[in-house]
Amino acid sequence: MALGGFFGRLKQGLSRSTQKLTEGITTVFKKRRLDDEALEELEELLISADLGTEVAARVIDTFRRTRFGTEVTDEEIKTALAEEVSAILTPVAHPLVIDHARKPHVVLVVGVNGTGKTTTIGKMAQLYREQGMRPVLVAGDTFRAAAVEQLQIWGQRTDAPVIAGPPNADAAGLAFQALTQAKAEGADVLLIDTAGRLHNRSVLMEELKKIIRVIRKQDPEAPHSVLLVLDATTGQNAIQQVRVFREMVDVTGLVVTKLDGSARGGIVVALAQEFGLPVHAVGVGEQAGDLRPFDAGDFARGLVGT
Amino acid sequence: MFEALSDKLGGVFDRLRGRGALSEADVNEALREVRLALLDADVALPVVREFVAKVRERAVGTEVLDSVSPGQQVVKIVNDVMIEQLGGAGAVPLNLTAVPPVPILMVGLQGSGKTTTAGKLGLRLRERLRRKVLLASLDTQRPAAQLQLAQLAERAGVPSLPIVAGQTPVEIARRAMDTGRREGFDIVILDTAGRLSINQELMAEVTEIRAATNPVETLLVVDAMTGQDAVNTAKAFNEAVGVTGIVMTRMDGDARGGAALSMRAITGAPIKLTGISEKLDGLEDFHPERVAGRILGMGDIVGLVEKASETVDQEEAEKLARKMAKGQFDLEDYAKQLKQITKMGSLSGILGMLPGVGKIKAQLEDANLDTSILKRQGAIISSMTPKERRAPDIIKASRKKRIASGSGTSVQEVNRLLKQFDDMSTMMKRMNKLGQKGLMRHGLSAIMPKGMAPRNRPY
Ligand SMILES: Nc1nc2c(ncn2[C@@H]2O[C@H](COP(=O)(O)OP(=O)(O)OP(=O)(O)O)[C@@H](O)[C@H]2O)c(=O)[nH]1
Ligand SMILES: [Mg+2]
Repeated sequence: MALGGFFGRLKQGLSRSTQKLTEGITTVFKKRRLDDEALEELEELLISADLGTEVAARVIDTFRRTRFGTEVTDEEIKTALAEEVSAILTPVAHPLVIDHARKPHVVLVVGVNGTGKTTTIGKMAQLYREQGMRPVLVAGDTFRAAAVEQLQIWGQRTDAPVIAGPPNADAAGLAFQALTQAKAEGADVLLIDTAGRLHNRSVLMEELKKIIRVIRKQDPEAPHSVLLVLDATTGQNAIQQVRVFREMVDVTGLVVTKLDGSARGGIVVALAQEFGLPVHAVGVGEQAGDLRPFDAGDFARGLVGT
Repeated sequence: MFEALSDKLGGVFDRLRGRGALSEADVNEALREVRLALLDADVALPVVREFVAKVRERAVGTEVLDSVSPGQQVVKIVNDVMIEQLGGAGAVPLNLTAVPPVPILMVGLQGSGKTTTAGKLGLRLRERLRRKVLLASLDTQRPAAQLQLAQLAERAGVPSLPIVAGQTPVEIARRAMDTGRREGFDIVILDTAGRLSINQELMAEVTEIRAATNPVETLLVVDAMTGQDAVNTAKAFNEAVGVTGIVMTRMDGDARGGAALSMRAITGAPIKLTGISEKLDGLEDFHPERVAGRILGMGDIVGLVEKASETVDQEEAEKLARKMAKGQFDLEDYAKQLKQITKMGSLSGILGMLPGVGKIKAQLEDANLDTSILKRQGAIISSMTPKERRAPDIIKASRKKRIASGSGTSVQEVNRLLKQFDDMSTMMKRMNKLGQKGLMRHGLSAIMPKGMAPRNRPY
């Protein structure tokens, strides 16, 4: 993953999704007085990117205070808006740092159904292999049909070993056993996949807690990272997802997937303000190479279309 | 939220009590609140605009009745328009009238729930309509997707098209239809790979699949948690394949589900089905009048009543109610009640369906109740003698020990149950006094037995 290619591809992924917004801003703000009406339209553009009504209003308030009544071009507006959003996101833009002293650094991957947990694990495995590490994958989704096979294919693609149990095996027991094995083999990272679950199902959330309890019997500090995978098409419910998962399993960071689509993932801005959890990476496709570090400036510029 | 909305609207209209017809200015002020409520529920912006215009049209000039507040009147109009826009009362069934094998095409974004829904649909059509169904996965994109559908099909007792490696989705679709014809299937369900609405290549592919199979139903599968992007998805898929019906999945989550309104408004296609659990039987008809309340935050009271009447033995329930009213409720009755509650599903699920439970639900989430506690309590009670159940007061130390070991629990748990039963008797007396209104006002704490402890407290 060359660095130049990285920005290019991120931009490419994001730009498609922001075309609409760009068009909107362009038509609204071509050399125009920034009056109430203009601000309202700008606010609606943010809302349609899933920032939510409150956060959009807050961002626009700042605009009102600093720029109300001035003549602005759409370029100025976009740059200023991107800066505004970027300032909110910068504090949460932290890559996931693998602690090489852990051997293995245990990463538990959680989230609601279909957000992209398994795919993200595949992409992470690819990334760590490229960096010369030894990742081991754990097929902790023992519930969904063919979930184990799905992860096994990712293991083949990325040349990473996959530890799996029999169908309907106890995920906690499997994770425990996997940690033992990974330790013995000197793995650098242990990526534990889990079944998708709705955050309002307390029994299922309890199962996740059990996985953590059980692996802590072996390593009291594990899991060293708990990643919550969020789908960029998700609306305001993402806030509730983060709240509950964080309370139940101490989420340490977020990964936002499907940013290659038309969804702009504006909910990330709301999440940054509400929880301040690190956003480690974004998913921009279905292939192994489609994981990018989260960059506040790029994301913000992508969001407003500069 | 709906309560909050009606409160806000009440405030807006307080000062116009008894002033006759609603003016445009007054209505506009109220509609700003409506707009925010809809956006917070993830209804897409263009759809919100249209919706608000409709409400305005209907509200302006309406006479303010003496019996209700202007705020309530607007809320009623909002609710009516919502139900209409979601498709009016009642469910729209799948269209299956065509020469067999009838093709049903499943389309949607990645991770929206197509494959699970295909499996559920197979089971439903086989069980309820006794149709001979063939399931076929055209998803050559996602690892193990075809295997996933094959496994689901097996669980559903429905045949699936044998997997042939190397075939393109269009080739698989043709093979599925051929097999359907040759082997006398009534229905062929075609599951496709998830695709982004902006991926032109994959959208062209699904158009081609459609042309090759000519499906009677093309179902767009949408996650109930979807945000503003619902508009783009609805437009793109409708243009590419002509959506005939929508399936909203993950309705068992706690998203307000505004995407349902967006999808319906943009495609014009009815929402036909909803996914309500991960299990294969978790597929239900869509009832606009229920989901309207949910989008507005009003709760799904009809859904609750229906779910209750499906699972609860009516006579039993009435007998219990009479006993409660008379204060003759004993542990035997409590055990029966526990069984019914367990049958109805998790407590939070039930309470989520009640109107105006925002407050109660928040308390519940804090408490994080779980029905497994109820099952254990059921076990404790069944280890008691009939005499003990009728007169729990006689249960002293030695009896407690016997009951605990008989039910595989601890004396502590037995104590907790007895205490809870005691609390519950008190609660019932209070509930009778408070009535429905009081329950809403004071929330769950007014009635909740203290023994219903949070899950995270070790049991
Ligand atoms: N376009 C795109 N698709 C993605 C991305 N990440 C995941 N997907 C797709 O989303 C779908 C679901 O991904 P999975 O990795 O199976 O999701 P999951 O969270 O493991 O799903 P469950 O285990 O079923 O809960 C698959 O079709 C993936 O290919 C992304 O960044 N972009
Ligand atoms: Mg998975």
